[in-house]
Amino acid sequence: MISAVIPFALALFGINLILNLYRLLKGPDITDRILALDTLNINAIAVIVLAGIQMDTTLIFEAALLIALMGFVGTVAMTKYLVRGDVIE
Amino acid sequence: MDIPLWLEALIAALLITGAVVATLGSLGLARMPDFYMRLHGPTKASTLGVGCTMLASLVYFSVSGEGISVQEILITVFLFATAPVSAHMMARAALHRRVPCSYRTRDLPWEEMDNPPPLRQSSSSSGASQR
Repeated sequence: MISAVIPFALALFGINLILNLYRLLKGPDITDRILALDTLNINAIAVIVLAGIQMDTTLIFEAALLIALMGFVGTVAMTKYLVRGDVIE
Repeated sequence: MDIPLWLEALIAALLITGAVVATLGSLGLARMPDFYMRLHGPTKASTLGVGCTMLASLVYFSVSGEGISVQEILITVFLFATAPVSAHMMARAALHRRVPCSYRTRDLPWEEMDNPPPLRQSSSSSGASQR
C-alpha cells in the first residue's frame, strides 16, 4: 500500500515545486521571491523524506536537516537585509 | 519488515493528507492576488503538510527499522519552530518596503504607520517628543 501511495505523493510535491518556481520567476516584488524560496526549501525537505521512505534508508535525512537549517538562515538574512540594510550590524 | 495492515493504512493516509495539504499551500502561493494573502498559504498549509509527511516517516521507520528514528523529530521540531519566525520577518520586510496590497483591502497599514493615533495618556511632556 505504501509503495503505491509514495509515487502519488511525489507527483503532488513535484507540482508544488513547479508552482513555487512559477512564483519565484514571476513574483512582482522581492518579498514574493523570498517567500517562494522558503516554500521551495520546505517542499524539498518533504521530497527528500519521501525518497528516504522509498529507498528504505535514513541516511539522506541529514541532507533534509541541513536544507531546513540553511533555508531558515537564508530567509532571515535576506529579510534582515531588506529591513535594516545590513545583515550583521 | 512486517508492518501490520492498520499501521500501513495509517501511514498511507498520513502521506496522502500531507501531500494534498502541501499542494493547497503551494496553490495559494501561486494563485493569491496579493503578497499579504500569499503569505498565508505556505506558512500554515505547507508546514502542516510537511508535518504529516514527517509523522508518516516517523511511524514507518519506527516500526520497520530498529528503535525510534530521531532525525524526523529533529526536523519537525526545527521546522515548526522556525516557520512562524520567518513568516513574521517576511511580513515585516513587506510592510517596511510598502509592498502594494489588493484594492479590496480596507485600512491600509502604512496610513496608521505614518499617522499613529494619539496616546490617551496624560500630557506629561508637552510637545517635546511629538513631531
